[in-house]
Amino acid sequence: MARMKFLCDADRCIECNACVTACKNEHEVPWGINRRRVVTINDGKPGERSVSMACMHCTDAPCASVCPVNCFYTTADAVVLHSKDLCIGCGYCFYACPFGAPQYPKTGNFGSRGKMDKCTYCAGGPEADNTAAELDKYGRNRLAEGKLPLCAEMCSTKALLAGDGDIIASIYKERVAKRGYGSGAWGWKVAYKETIAI
Amino acid sequence: MKTALSQFIRGGFAALLLAFIVTTMPAGAQQPSSVNPTAQSVKEDQLLRALKPGDQLTGRISIPDPKAASLIQPGRDWRSFNQETLPKLGTYAVLGMLLLLALFYMLRGKIRIDAGPSGQKILRFNSVERFAHWTTATSFIILAITGANITFGKTLLTPIMGPEAFAAWAQYAKYIHNYVGFAFMVGVLLVFLVWVKDNMPAMADLKWFAAGGGLLSKGHHPPAKRFNGGQKIVFWSVVIGGFLLSLSGWYLVFPYNTTLADVQWQATIHGVAAFVLIALMLAHAYIGSIGMEGAFDAMGSGEVDLNWAKEHHGLWVEEEMKKGTAHMHPAE
Repeated sequence: MARMKFLCDADRCIECNACVTACKNEHEVPWGINRRRVVTINDGKPGERSVSMACMHCTDAPCASVCPVNCFYTTADAVVLHSKDLCIGCGYCFYACPFGAPQYPKTGNFGSRGKMDKCTYCAGGPEADNTAAELDKYGRNRLAEGKLPLCAEMCSTKALLAGDGDIIASIYKERVAKRGYGSGAWGWKVAYKETIAI
Repeated sequence: MKTALSQFIRGGFAALLLAFIVTTMPAGAQQPSSVNPTAQSVKEDQLLRALKPGDQLTGRISIPDPKAASLIQPGRDWRSFNQETLPKLGTYAVLGMLLLLALFYMLRGKIRIDAGPSGQKILRFNSVERFAHWTTATSFIILAITGANITFGKTLLTPIMGPEAFAAWAQYAKYIHNYVGFAFMVGVLLVFLVWVKDNMPAMADLKWFAAGGGLLSKGHHPPAKRFNGGQKIVFWSVVIGGFLLSLSGWYLVFPYNTTLADVQWQATIHGVAAFVLIALMLAHAYIGSIGMEGAFDAMGSGEVDLNWAKEHHGLWVEEEMKKGTAHMHPAE
C-alpha cells in the first residue's frame, strides 16, 4: 500500500487559490470552513513564497492522540480520517494540530462547535464508499474511484503534489536538482518527522 | 582557449546587460538588477529553526479567517502534557487524596464534639450564604465529573460502554459542562462576595496552623474566628482556582479570537487547576460530612450546635455573643 502524502512546491505556487476553491466545490464544504488554504510567507518581500496547506495526514497524528472519544483512524493508505458520528466537537484536535486543519461549523449561540471537519484526502469517511451518507458528511471519495485529491490534480503549476510519499518526494528532488533551488517540503518535518534532502 | 573565449563572451554580455539596465532604468528606481531565488527565497528549514517554543510560522491569507494565516506550529508539548502529564497528575491528586483521607479516618476516626451536643443551636450560615455554597458545590461536582470524562473517559469508560455509547454520553457531558460552567462562575462570585470579609489572613491563622488545626490531637482546639486557617485556604483556593477555571474555560468555549499557543495554555491551566481543586474539595467534603460530628449542619440547616461552635470557632462565638447578634434557640 502507498503512504499518501501532500507536498507543496512553494517555488511553483502562484497563490491562485484554485486548490481552495476546487476543494470547497468538490466536497460542498459549508460556509466558514476551508479544508485547504494558501498562506503567503514574507508577503511583499524579496523571496516571498506561498504554501498551500491542509491536513498533512501525519504519522502518529496528534489529533488522534488527544481525541477524548477516539474518533480518528488511519486508513491502509495512511490517510487520517475521523467519524463525525463519534466526534463531540470538543476542540482538542484543533488545539493539538500543528497545521490548524480541524475546523468546526458554528452551530449555535455559544459552546457553538459542531462536528469537526477537515481534509479527508478526498477519501470520505467510515461510511461505505461513495454512498449518499458519506458524501453528505465528508464529501466526495475520489480515492475509492482511483483518483487523487482534486486540489493537487487540478493545480495549474503542479505545485501541489499528492500521491505516494516516495514518488512525490522523487519528483520534488528532481525539480530541485534541475532548477537548483527549493524552499523545502513544507510541513514534512513536523508531520512525518522526515524531510527531503535538497 | 575555450574558457578564455567563453569568459570574453560572458564578460561582454554582462557589460552589455549593464549598459542596457543603466540606459533603460529610470533614475531613482531601486529594483535589484536580478533576483536570485536560491539566495533570497524563504526556506522552511530556516524559519522553523528560528522559531521560539510555542511560536508559529505565520503569513498572509486571503480568506476571511485571520487565524488561518498561521501555517505551522511545530510544538508537540501540549499533546504530551494532555496525554501523559495531566492524566498522571489527576490520578495522583484524586487517588492520593482519597488514600490520605482513608488513612486519616482510620487513625483519627470521626472527630466528635468533645463536650457533647449542648442542645442549643446557633446560626452559622444564613440562606444567602448556603445558596452561594451549594450553587458552587453542585455545579463543581457536575463539572468535575463531565470534565474528568474528557481526561479519563477514553481509557476507563470506552471498554465498558463501547465507542458509540461513550461518544453519545461524552457529547451530552460536553454540553452540560459548557452550560453549567456559567452557574459555577456565578457561584464563585457569590462565594467571594459573601465571605471575603471573614477570610482575610490574620495572626491567629499562623497559631492555628502551628497547632495542626487541632486535627491530630483530641480535645485540643486552637482558637479561630468565623473561619480558621484551613478554611481560609479552602476559600482562597476556590476563589483563585475558580477564577482561573472560569477564565480558561471561557477561552476554550470561545477560542475564535485567540492563537493556538494561547488556547494550549488555557487548556493546560484548566486541567491543572481542575485536578488540584478536585483533590482539595474531596478533603473539604470529607471534613464537612463524615469526618466531623456536627460540621454538616453549618451548610445543611445553617445552624450548628453551640458546643461545636465554641470548640471550633470560639472567638467567633464570643464576638456574636458580644454583638448580641447570635441567633440561638434550643434544638427541637
